[in-house]
Amino acid sequence: MGFQESLTAGKFVVTSEIGPPKGTRVEEMLADAELLRGRVDAINVTDLQSSVMRLGSLAVCHLLKERGIDPIFQVTCRDRNRLALQADLLSAAVLGIRNVLALTGDYASLGDHPQAKPVFDLDSVSLLGVVKKLQGGTDMAGNALQGAPKFFVGAVVNPGGNPPEAQIIKMEKKMKEGASFFQTQGVYDIPAFEKFMKKVAPLKVPVLAGIILLKSAGMARFMNKNVAGVFVPEPLIQRMAKAEDRVKTSIEIAAALIQGLKGLCQGIHLMPIGWESKVPLVLDAAKI
Amino acid sequence: MLLSQQKPIEEILKSLEGEMKVFVLGCKGCAEASGTGGTPQVLEMKATLEKNGKTVTGYSVVDFLCQKALVQSRLRGKAKEVKAADSLLVLTCGVGVQAVATVNAKVTHPACNTISLGGIRGEWQGAERCRECGDCVLDSTGGICPLTSCSKSLLNGACGGTTQEGKCEVDAEMDCGWLLIYQRLEKLGRLDKLLTVHEGKDHSKEMPPKGLRHSVHWALEEG
Repeated sequence: MGFQESLTAGKFVVTSEIGPPKGTRVEEMLADAELLRGRVDAINVTDLQSSVMRLGSLAVCHLLKERGIDPIFQVTCRDRNRLALQADLLSAAVLGIRNVLALTGDYASLGDHPQAKPVFDLDSVSLLGVVKKLQGGTDMAGNALQGAPKFFVGAVVNPGGNPPEAQIIKMEKKMKEGASFFQTQGVYDIPAFEKFMKKVAPLKVPVLAGIILLKSAGMARFMNKNVAGVFVPEPLIQRMAKAEDRVKTSIEIAAALIQGLKGLCQGIHLMPIGWESKVPLVLDAAKI
Repeated sequence: MLLSQQKPIEEILKSLEGEMKVFVLGCKGCAEASGTGGTPQVLEMKATLEKNGKTVTGYSVVDFLCQKALVQSRLRGKAKEVKAADSLLVLTCGVGVQAVATVNAKVTHPACNTISLGGIRGEWQGAERCRECGDCVLDSTGGICPLTSCSKSLLNGACGGTTQEGKCEVDAEMDCGWLLIYQRLEKLGRLDKLLTVHEGKDHSKEMPPKGLRHSVHWALEEG
């Protein structure tokens, strides 16, 4: 069963992400993806995450697809104008890529080419509108397409947004423009997430809670300070700080989070950020 | 108003390489208001150039350096000093530099970067408030411009990068424009405005009317 079928059938789904390398050596990344085969319903491929230049998402999605793994093509608005975005979406369609995740994208100054011209011709909502139009057989300007793509389209939401209500309004807009599922920013605070899920319940849309693997107490503190909407509670930071085996503790924390979140939403989305190979261990520990 | 910023002195000196005698020009309009090309900055530049071994043959601070005829008449009054110079250094926006370059036959160097039309107009100084996009959306944003108040110039709401302090994740000094918009609309009881879906902006409206770029005007101005 594919990702779309599982999600629409109401199954609890698991996605994980891989980040393409900076360069052309893809063997390690593909080995990481291999470890996830059969364990996750789809693999997100990030689009120059954190505004760092690397191998593109489209090519990696194609490599996964060739190997029989269902990719989720992440598309951001930071680096391409509406022509290039539409062209890449059509390219993805002809390569057999079915899942698209539309995002606005991090700002260019946060990455390793801060001198770059940030494009943002479209934003996440207008990009979703464009995907909808392409599927309807026209381009953004209304010109007829010779063959229309077919996608399963998702978007993101930050449950820790300030204020969350503004994020929920935006979620509604994203749904209106065709988003059929949502993946979230990293969640560590289960009661806060439960409150968020109560608020979005009327939208009746599948939400996959984001899990970022904690690598150290320092990383947790860094995220609390610098990543908007991410809040790692102090007891978790302390556990990481005192851990004899950081990997083991990190896996335990992630597995416990998954267990706690399981009843609240329709899936989880793992963001291992370099610890891709630990994902199967997390899933083992969480018994899914 | 054209907002300008002085180039680093290293860059200015590099552009003057091989030219020992310089005539300096400033402007009492926007450049003075920007603090980049008024009388104090011109005098300061003169001293800096002299410290770096240059000879300043003279200087002039013109009321509006973008007024070509005025520039021409002022330079005529300083004909001797201009003639003695190898090149001219202009502490204004790009329009002023081009006006000077048009009315004299010497090499003309910019000493400033023009950074924005700034929306710093009228008497409400301070922040950039208007980007002259040609397609105003203030109606749906509670009268706060998302183009200038949001790092990504988003039209459809906050990106999720609003910090707990209400700042932008891109710049901790900058208020999140979309949070301000949300708060304003909430106060007005018009949060429904946020549900408006904005398709991509018509960026063709940002371009100035094509006529402004026709070089035929330049040709007419010759002579």
